[in-house]
Amino acid sequence: MHGTRILEEADRLMTVCNSCRYCEGLCAVFPAMEMRRSFSDGDLNYLANLCHSCGACYTDCQFSPPHEFNVNVPKTLAIARADSYAAYTWPRVFSGVFARNGLVVSIVLALSVAAFIFGFAAFNDRQVLFGVHTGPGSFYKLMPHNAMAALFGAAFLYAIVALAMGVRAFWRDIGEPIGTLAGPNSLWQAMKDAGQLRYLDGGGVGCVNEDERPNDRRKIYHHFTFYGFILCFASTTVATLYHYLIAREAPYPWWDLPVVLGTLGGIGLLIGPAGLLAERWKRDPDLVDQTRTGMDVAFIVMLFLTSLTGMALLLWRDTAAMGPLLALHLGVVFSLFITMPYGKFVHGIYRYVALVRYARERQMMGHGT
Amino acid sequence: MVDLTRKFDVLVIGGGNAALCAAISARRAGASVLVLEGAPKFYRGGNTRHTRNMRCAHDAATDILTGPYTEQEFWEDLLRVTGGQTDEELARFMIRESKDILNWIVEQGVRWQPSLGGTLSLGRTNSFFLGGGRAMLNALYLTAEQLGVEIIYDAEVLDLEIDDGMFLSADLRRTDGRVNVTASTLVAAAGGFEANIDWLKQYWGEAADNFLIRGTPYNRGSILRMLLGKGVQEVGDPTQCHAVAIDARAPKFDGGIITRLDCVVFGVVVNTQAARFYDEGEDIWPKRYAIWGRLVAAQPDQIAYIIFDSTVLNSFMPSLFPPIAAGSIAELASKFDLDPAALEKTIGDFNAAVRPGTFDHTVLDDCRTEGLTPPKTHWARRIETPPYYAYPVRPGITFTYLGTRVNRQARMLMKDGNAAVNMFAAGEIMAGNVLGKGYAAGIGMTIGSVFGRIAGREAAQHARN
Repeated sequence: MHGTRILEEADRLMTVCNSCRYCEGLCAVFPAMEMRRSFSDGDLNYLANLCHSCGACYTDCQFSPPHEFNVNVPKTLAIARADSYAAYTWPRVFSGVFARNGLVVSIVLALSVAAFIFGFAAFNDRQVLFGVHTGPGSFYKLMPHNAMAALFGAAFLYAIVALAMGVRAFWRDIGEPIGTLAGPNSLWQAMKDAGQLRYLDGGGVGCVNEDERPNDRRKIYHHFTFYGFILCFASTTVATLYHYLIAREAPYPWWDLPVVLGTLGGIGLLIGPAGLLAERWKRDPDLVDQTRTGMDVAFIVMLFLTSLTGMALLLWRDTAAMGPLLALHLGVVFSLFITMPYGKFVHGIYRYVALVRYARERQMMGHGT
Repeated sequence: MVDLTRKFDVLVIGGGNAALCAAISARRAGASVLVLEGAPKFYRGGNTRHTRNMRCAHDAATDILTGPYTEQEFWEDLLRVTGGQTDEELARFMIRESKDILNWIVEQGVRWQPSLGGTLSLGRTNSFFLGGGRAMLNALYLTAEQLGVEIIYDAEVLDLEIDDGMFLSADLRRTDGRVNVTASTLVAAAGGFEANIDWLKQYWGEAADNFLIRGTPYNRGSILRMLLGKGVQEVGDPTQCHAVAIDARAPKFDGGIITRLDCVVFGVVVNTQAARFYDEGEDIWPKRYAIWGRLVAAQPDQIAYIIFDSTVLNSFMPSLFPPIAAGSIAELASKFDLDPAALEKTIGDFNAAVRPGTFDHTVLDDCRTEGLTPPKTHWARRIETPPYYAYPVRPGITFTYLGTRVNRQARMLMKDGNAAVNMFAAGEIMAGNVLGKGYAAGIGMTIGSVFGRIAGREAAQHARN
C-alpha cells in the first residue's frame, strides 16, 4: 500500500491517533491529521515534516510502548522525515549521502580545508601564508576577493538550486499546487510559526527530552542557533554590500556592522549548537531515529565549528595565525554550504514549507491562527 | 528509596486522578504523604490514563468553555442520567465544589483545551485536558513529586489493618516478603473492580467472560473488597457500571478510547439472530452513547453488529479497526456467521418501514420508521447503497459503581452508620454515592478531583490533630 515500511507504520499510527485525538492541542501534526480520513505517502511525508519532534505526544500517549498498540509518533515520523530528505535529494545520485552524512561531512571538510591551504600556497608563497597582515584588504592578500566571491558564490548558488529542487520534489509528493507557495498569508503565518518555534513546545509547557518533565531548553538552544545563523548570514551580506557598493574592504574594525553582527551571531552559534548537542546526548533514545544520529550531529558540529573558526579569526587576525585560521574558517564555511542540501540543514526548509501548507489548510478550514 | 519504617500522616492507596488530588491537597495542607500505586510506572493512574475531560459547573463562559453550565443544570443532567439514583445532598455538594476545581486543577499543573474534534457537543459543559488523561496525570505526578509526596509504584497492598472504623496499617508486598506501613489516616482511591472478571461473574454470570475492559487491568477491586469486608458500608448496585458498546476486536484490557464506535445512530444494530433489539435513534450522541454496553450485554453471546451502508461511512469519528465490508447484505451476514436470509429480511423490513424525512444528525430529526418493532425513531434512512459495512460490538466496561459510602468530608461510613475515624475515599471506589446508574461524560473525573481534594484536606487535618 505504501512505498516503505515506515510509511506503513506511520499510516497505522495516524489511524490510531485519528481515533483518539487527545493530542490535537499539542502541535500542528494532529489537527492536520484530523483533516484526513486516509493517508497517502505524500500526506504522511507532509505530517512527518510538520512534526517538530517535541516528544510531548509520546509522553502524553496512553498507548505508547510498552502498551500493545505501540504508538510512537515522534520516532516514526523522525524516520519517515529523514527518509523523505533522501527521497527529495537533487541530484538523485546523492540521495545516499544522507545516510553517510556524518562521515561525508568530515571528509568534505578535510578535503576542502586542504584544498584551500594548497590553493593559497599555490597563489602565494609561504611567507604570505604565515605573514602578519593588517588593515583593509589584508584577507585578500591570501586569496583575491574575486576568487573568494566566485568560489563561495558558486557553492552557495549550488546549494540554493539543490534545495529548491528538493522543495519542488516535496511539493509534488504532497500534491500541493505551486500557488500555495505564493500565498502571502500562508507564507507569513508559517514564518511566524517557524520563527518562534511555535510547535516545539508541547502545547505550552515545553519539549520532553530525557524524561516526562517538559522544559524549554531545546527551543532556546535552537533559537540561539537559528538566530545566530541569521546574524552571521547578515554579517556576510553586509560585508559583501560594503565591498561592492562602497568599496569598504574587510577586515572591519570591531565596532563595524559586519563584525558586530558576526560576533553576536557567532556567540549564538557557539551556545546554541553546544546546547543542542548536550540535549541530544541526554534525549530519551525512544524518541529519536538513532540511525540518523550522524546526520544530526554532523550539522550541529559544523555550525559550531563555523563559529569557532570565525571567532578565532576575529581574535587573532592581527597575528601570523591569520592565514591558517582564514583558510580553516573558509574551509569549514565552504563545507557547510556544499553539504547543506544533503544534511540536517534541509529540515528547516521542508518544515517551513510544510508549515506554509498547514497555514493554508487552516485558512481553508476556516480556522484562525 | 522511601523510608517505610516512618509513620506517614496520610497513606493514599491508588494512583489516578483522585489519589493524586488527595495526595497533593494533603501535602499542601502540611501532611507527610505516601502514595502506593499498584501499577508499574508506565501504567500509573488507572483509568485516568484513558480520560480526556472533566465536567465542572461554571457560571460564565471561560477561555475554553463556550458558555455557562450552572449548578442547577448540572444537577438536572445528573438526575436524568441516574434516574434519581443519587445522593442529592452529596451530589449537589460535589457540583458546587466542581466550580472551584476548574481553577484548582490548573494550579496543580493541569492544562485545559477546548473540546476535541468530534466532541463539539461537550464544548459548553466539559473542559478537556490538553494532551489527554495521561498528560493530566504527568502534570499531577510532577506537582506531587515537587511538593515532596513519596510515591511507590508496583505497590500491591495485601491487607489493611482496620479496628472498629480506625485504620492502623497496610501490608505492602515487597520482593522479599511483605512490609507493614503505618499512617495516621488512609485515603482509598484505588478504583473499581471492573478488571476482576471473577468478581464481575458474581453478578453477571458467564456473560462477563465476553466483556471487554476498556481501561486499566489493575482495577481488580482488592482494596474495595478489603474495606467492605472490614465493616465499611457498601453503596451502589454491583451490576451497575459505565459500559458502552465497543469494537469486539478490541483487546481484553486497556483498549481505551480508540475502540469506541459512534455510529449506532447511522445504521441498525442486530444480534446473533440477525434481529434488531432496540431503537437506535432514541436520543442524540452522546446522551444515549452509554446505554449500548448494557443492551449488548443482554444479547446472546454478548455480541451485536452495527450495520450501515456506504453513504454514512465518513459521518462519524474514525476508530481503530476498519469496518467489515461486503457487496451485499447476504455476504456481510456470512462474514459474521449470521443467517443471510434473516439479515436480508431484517434490513428489508427496516428499509420498507423508513418514512421520508430531512436527515440531521445534530437534532432529533423526523427520519423515522413506521410500523416496525422496535422502531427507529430518528435518523432512520434506508440501508441500500453498497458496499455495506458492519462493526461487531461487545460491552466495553469502563468503570463500576459498587463502592464505599462516604459523607461530605469524603469520610467513609461504617455499616453501623457511624463515620470512620480516619478513613477517606475518593474516585471510582466511591463513585456509586453520586452515580447510582447511567453516565454523563466527564463526571468520573469530577468525582475524582472533587472528593480527592476534600479527602486529602480532611485526612491532613485529622492527622495533624
